Amino acid sequence: MARATSRTRIAVSTAAAWIVGLAIFFPILWMVLASFKTELDAFAIPPKFLFFDWTLENYGVVQKRSDYVLHAYNSIVIAGGATLIALLIAIPAAWAMAFAPTKRTRGTLLWMLSTKMMPPVGVLVPMYLFFRDVGLLDTRAGLIGVLCLGNLPIVIWMLFTYFKEVPKDILEAARMDGATLAKELIFVLAPMSVPGIASTLLLNFILAWNEAFWTLNLSSADAAPLTVFIASYSSPEGLFWAKLSAASTLAIAPILVLGWLSQRQLVRGLTFGAVK
Amino acid sequence: MKASLGAFIAATALCATSVAYADTTLTIATVNNGDMVRMQGLTDDFTSKNPGITVKWVTLEENVLRQRVTTDIATKGGQFDILTIGTYEVPIWAKKGWLVPLDKLGSDYDVDDLMPKIRAALSVNGTLFAAPFYAESSMVMYRKDLIAKAGLTMPDSPTWDFIANAARKMTDKSAEVYGICLRGKAGWGENMAFLTAMSNSFGARWFDEKWQPQFNSPEWKKTLEFYVSLMKDAGPPGASSNGFNENLALFDAGKCGMWIDATVAASFVTNPKDSKVADQVGFALAPNTGLGKNANWLWAWSLAVPAGSQKVDAAEKFVSWATSKAYLALVASKEGWANVPPGTRTSLYQNADYLKAAPFAKMTLDSINSADPDHPTVKPVPYVGVQYAAIPEFQGIGTAVGQQFSAALSGDKSIDDALAAAQTATEREMERAGYYKK
Repeated sequence: MARATSRTRIAVSTAAAWIVGLAIFFPILWMVLASFKTELDAFAIPPKFLFFDWTLENYGVVQKRSDYVLHAYNSIVIAGGATLIALLIAIPAAWAMAFAPTKRTRGTLLWMLSTKMMPPVGVLVPMYLFFRDVGLLDTRAGLIGVLCLGNLPIVIWMLFTYFKEVPKDILEAARMDGATLAKELIFVLAPMSVPGIASTLLLNFILAWNEAFWTLNLSSADAAPLTVFIASYSSPEGLFWAKLSAASTLAIAPILVLGWLSQRQLVRGLTFGAVK
Repeated sequence: MKASLGAFIAATALCATSVAYADTTLTIATVNNGDMVRMQGLTDDFTSKNPGITVKWVTLEENVLRQRVTTDIATKGGQFDILTIGTYEVPIWAKKGWLVPLDKLGSDYDVDDLMPKIRAALSVNGTLFAAPFYAESSMVMYRKDLIAKAGLTMPDSPTWDFIANAARKMTDKSAEVYGICLRGKAGWGENMAFLTAMSNSFGARWFDEKWQPQFNSPEWKKTLEFYVSLMKDAGPPGASSNGFNENLALFDAGKCGMWIDATVAASFVTNPKDSKVADQVGFALAPNTGLGKNANWLWAWSLAVPAGSQKVDAAEKFVSWATSKAYLALVASKEGWANVPPGTRTSLYQNADYLKAAPFAKMTLDSINSADPDHPTVKPVPYVGVQYAAIPEFQGIGTAVGQQFSAALSGDKSIDDALAAAQTATEREMERAGYYKK
């Protein structure tokens, strides 16, 4: 009897999980479907779900009109560069805060987070002037710098919480065995925090990939990533939903694949320390 | 070895300088509208005629583009050599000295062929600061079959009373057919473009001669009451979130009897690839109330050269190419006369081939000619602009007022409350900006 109950329970919770999962995924699915529709089908009322004339025309138009490869390359370089540099800065910083705290550590952590509380548009003009004067407008290096600094507080916070879970004693033991600080970081702390570092890396890569304020405002032609690519297909006067969907599908494809491949790491990292 | 290395470096450096001298790259910021996309596709024609000049396009959604180019030009960032801007920006930016006067567009440019109203809207003190790429007004698009069913005939220049009566008669809510679809989504370029143009035909104005906001006037009250009650009786559900695209989708799907919006929509609703009702669409001038002003706006997407550009000569060449008569002929030869960018040149409307290919041509011309940015409404005003007032503060104020009127349409606010809130918000902003003291 108990077995039957638990089976029903499993069935119910599986069904519930599927429903929630599908509900969350539905907008993306709808976008992908719309990218294979004609413009007329894309806004048909009632909406057409699967039975429409499938077409690749939109992808052809998008390919012809804009340089997807250049935008995708820029996205990879900018998001990847920003994430890696942020990690290089954040790992030592988080180590210091987790294992050698001072009385100001808490305050510093809060202060760092507070920089994320201001809407970025508030500093757009000063940033723009600065970028203009140092010649960083429309350069990948400039965008890497901005996104790296923008995400740094989150990277440090995430790593800090993961490092807090690592027992201090292990690091102390390494030190007793004569490990230098660099060795302690590279050979002891880093391997133990791989899930944490991996999920931090992935999450920040996604954040940098999707960042649309600075990338739109500080780039024009040469350094423009995929966010600019999508923005070029949105129009207040004209229904180009199918083409916009095709552009969006192309823009999220690389990150979707990356997320799919690393979902195990991601889930492990995000729940790291939750269950002991 | 050393010598050859030195020679190699010197040769490379020389090469680099000569290339840098011969090659000019123009970066052009533009919007994602059909005519602009077509222009991008035809860039080869320009580059083949002007060797040494290459063109890079930055296409953005209208509001993103506006923010992007405003930041760049205000800080003299120099990211763009050519900007796509509208009639709203041109007078403001030209007065600030941000734009290069376009007086060297070439001997064969024929500047006098530009439509006089459009040319005036893009000039300050008689000097042209932006060249019109395509221009639009607004007009009534209606379903011939539905109006016949209602037993009515659409006049060329209908009154608002006729429109309201026809809309109510065409409405069949059980069949999801609504007599009229109008903009309701809040925004200075959304519902306020329509409502400002509509209010002009009711004799209302944004400001009096002393810059005092006029939302407490009976004309505005009449405008808003007429609009809200018409939309309640004959509009689609959820109209307060409908903008151009939503109404276009409704009209194309056969759910609207009439739609009053940009003339550029004519080519969409008559295209059988996009529209279910393509063969049933008729056009009429935007409505009036007999006061001498029709409810239509005037807008021209135009190309301008920012004062910070280092490549003014090449940029002017491009502007001249893209807005010339030869460009119109080029589009016609490649994509047919119906796809030519409308509304900028008088000669286009004397071209028999164009008039034959574009059934909406005459109505577009009449609509553009009946809008007057210097005298938009019945009473005198201190500002320029039909569906906007060309002052820097308008974007903010227009959107704030648009939110009030959108709330009145959805029924969240009474008409009187919405008008009072609009008046207070506008007074506060204008006073803060120093237009007058209390």
